[in-house]
Amino acid sequence: MPDLSTTLHQLSLKNPVMTASGTFGYGKEFSDFIDLASLGGIIVKATTSEPREGNPYPRMAETASGMLNSVGLQNKGLDYFVKHIYPELQQINTHIIANVSGSTIEGYVEVAEKMAGLDHITAIELNISCPNVKQGGMAFGTSVTSALEVTRAVRKVYPKTLIVKLSPNVTSIVDIARAVADGGADVLSLINTLLAMAIDAEKRRPVLSTVTGGLSGPAVKPVALRMVWQVSKAVKLPVIGIGGICNATDAIEFFLAGASAIQVGTANFINPRVTTDIIKGIEDYLLRHNLQTVRELVGSI
Amino acid sequence: MSKVIHDLIILENRQPGPEYHVLVCKAPETLPVCYPGQFAEVAVPSSTHAFLRRPFSIHNVDYQNNTISFLIKMVGQGTRTLGQLPTGTVLNAIYPLGKGFSLNQAEPVLLVGGGCGIAPLLFLAKTLKLNGYTVHCLLGGRSADDLVEIPEFRETAEVYLTTEDGTQGEKGFVTQHSIFRELAGFTRVFACGPEGMLRAVALASRAAGVSCEVSLENNMACGIGACLCCVVETRKGNRCVCTEGPVFNVLDLKGWESPQEVADNCPVI
Repeated sequence: MPDLSTTLHQLSLKNPVMTASGTFGYGKEFSDFIDLASLGGIIVKATTSEPREGNPYPRMAETASGMLNSVGLQNKGLDYFVKHIYPELQQINTHIIANVSGSTIEGYVEVAEKMAGLDHITAIELNISCPNVKQGGMAFGTSVTSALEVTRAVRKVYPKTLIVKLSPNVTSIVDIARAVADGGADVLSLINTLLAMAIDAEKRRPVLSTVTGGLSGPAVKPVALRMVWQVSKAVKLPVIGIGGICNATDAIEFFLAGASAIQVGTANFINPRVTTDIIKGIEDYLLRHNLQTVRELVGSI
Repeated sequence: MSKVIHDLIILENRQPGPEYHVLVCKAPETLPVCYPGQFAEVAVPSSTHAFLRRPFSIHNVDYQNNTISFLIKMVGQGTRTLGQLPTGTVLNAIYPLGKGFSLNQAEPVLLVGGGCGIAPLLFLAKTLKLNGYTVHCLLGGRSADDLVEIPEFRETAEVYLTTEDGTQGEKGFVTQHSIFRELAGFTRVFACGPEGMLRAVALASRAAGVSCEVSLENNMACGIGACLCCVVETRKGNRCVCTEGPVFNVLDLKGWESPQEVADNCPVI
């Protein structure tokens, strides 16, 4: 059997297939369909210090080979997460990674500090790239100065593996990646959604209540591949590839571009078993190409 | 109660109206127990334009023959593709999803359906009848072409019809039908249809002091509570229609207690 294991900083993953934040709930939504423990890791829905109701409906628009969302980080807040969600997550035997979001640096720090005390949360993913909130989110991830500042502040309070999730809505993602690396990030994950828009021609109105939203799905994959390739060449940190991955071939392409692991997002909505299909498909690929480990593929382009 | 992903096989595709199709599908293994008001997320086969699954109410369940049916109105490219599928086609579906109608009610109950909103009501009417209820069913549409599955409803319920253009049944909206004058005599109203109709039914029920449950048709991506796209504003905050609905008691829905235009949150540019 080929070896699918991989490492991201201090994290040893049984395989490189994880689930993207906001597309997999807290895992239990998928437990009727797959064995959650078979995944390399689960990045759970974003947590903010205070509860958030998110944006008004409509929050979703289907587009060509993709979809827009403007959910706006709806979650029940940090206290609820610790009291009610964390105990359930402790039952899942794989890496559980918290996606940490906020509208102020203090908010990010508060959530990160609390997550550091939860043993079963083995890493956090700092979300400086959500395009659907008025304050914070992407605002932190689209300027070199603020990306550096928020990463540095969280680094001070978070001793475990710190992943920073990058926004594609920038002129140079490499510049942001370098700043985040300077700020003390251990791992980079990219990309978050692309800022986009859908219009209902009959109603002559935007489809989303927020006018703009984030584009995800196969439509963004070529953009994500390009960015993973650029960042992994420029920065020495391990990279997690995200963006439109629907099958094992997509995943392999990201490894070749330089990703040590991948996250599956929108595809979970269409096939709740897609992650386990991808794990099996990677195994088949390695056998077919006479490769012993998935690590041999990483960055070979 | 666990959810399944099945490759269903279309046994029958009949067309009860110009824009409507009923797909009767055979399950590859024993059907899970389904409740009226629950739905399925159906993948549109080999489609490049319908990227996401489409949610459809469970229209009928036949445990003896191990079949499940969906009523599909052809409105967009996804539903048009589904409506034209020949028998024998494999249809991948995730089901049963969501929470259905409350079944333990005192008689008599009134079911109100508008257009494609009649879809979950046939399964509901059959289940209620099986439990010994006398079921009254008001079905409405824009015109006679929108009144479908009437013979099937007549087998299980006392049926009343209404069309906006008067081509069949009484003329007008469902809430203008004469049965609504006797609304106070019912113990509960179950409704499914366009949001404007549901709000009107909710108001009339409130005025008559009758409890009312509605099945909402919000746009969805995942159908299993992961994406948080299909939310409705409730008294407890935004809630997923796919997991906490699609059936809600109207008392739990925020902003449904007073007359207003159908909410349209999208700003005019």
